Amino acid sequence: MELSNPNCQLNCIVQFDDFDIATEYAKLQLTPHCGAVVLFSGLVRQQFDGCLQGLELEHYPGMTELAMLKIAKQASLKFEIGAITAIHRVGILLPHDQIVLVGVAAPHRKDAFAACEFMMDFLKNEVPIWKKSHFYHQGSSQSAWVETKQSDVNAKDRWHGKITR
Amino acid sequence: MQNNVRILFFASLREAVGFSEMHFPLTEPCSAKELQIAITKLDKLDKADIANRDLLVAINQQLASWDSQVTPGDEIAFFPPVTGG
Repeated sequence: MELSNPNCQLNCIVQFDDFDIATEYAKLQLTPHCGAVVLFSGLVRQQFDGCLQGLELEHYPGMTELAMLKIAKQASLKFEIGAITAIHRVGILLPHDQIVLVGVAAPHRKDAFAACEFMMDFLKNEVPIWKKSHFYHQGSSQSAWVETKQSDVNAKDRWHGKITR
Repeated sequence: MQNNVRILFFASLREAVGFSEMHFPLTEPCSAKELQIAITKLDKLDKADIANRDLLVAINQQLASWDSQVTPGDEIAFFPPVTGG
C-alpha cells in the first residue's frame, strides 16, 4: 500500500447518487488547522450542437476506489493539506448534472488550489472510469465512447518531477 | 494452487469482446504482454482485434506496465485509456 500523510483525512467515494456541495463543504470547513477550502465540481457539458442526451459512466468496481485513494494519498504527501474529499459519480447522467467533486482543505490557499488541480489531473488519467455519449444525430439516437484528450495527458505529465514545496 | 487467471474487459473493449469476464488457464507466471498475446489467439476474441487496440492493463486492481508479471490466481483487466473526471 502507498504511504500517506496520517494527518490528512482522505475521503474517496464512487456512487450513483448526486452529491451536495454544501454538505461536503461543511465537513471540510471543520478540518483542524485549515484556513482554506477549494472545491471543484465537474459537470456534464452539453455537446453535439445541443443534441447530447446524456453520458453513461462505466467503471471498474473495486479498482476505482483504490485508484482514487492512491491519488489522494500522493496529494497528501505532496502538499500541505488537512483533508481531501473526492466523489465520482457513475451511471447515467444528464446535461448539467454533477459528475465529480474534489474538495481540499488546507492551512493556506496555495496548497489547496494546487492539490485540487493535482487530484483532477490524475483522476482524469489513472482512475478506471469511461464515458459514453448518447446523442441525437440526423433523427436517430446514437452513442460513442469519449476519446482521451491529449490535453488531459499533458496536464498530468506536467506534475512529473515538479517540486511544489 | 491456482491454475488460471480472471480476465476482465471494460468499456469499448468489453463491447468489442462481447462479454466482460473470462477465465484463462495459466500455470506459470508470464508478463502482461504475453498474456495479451495469448488471449488474442483465442477464437472467441478473434473479432475484438485486441492486438491493435490502444489498451491499458491492471493487475489485481493496480495499473501495471506490459512487462509486469502475471501470476496464476491474479485478476487482470484490459481496458481502453480512461475518460473519467
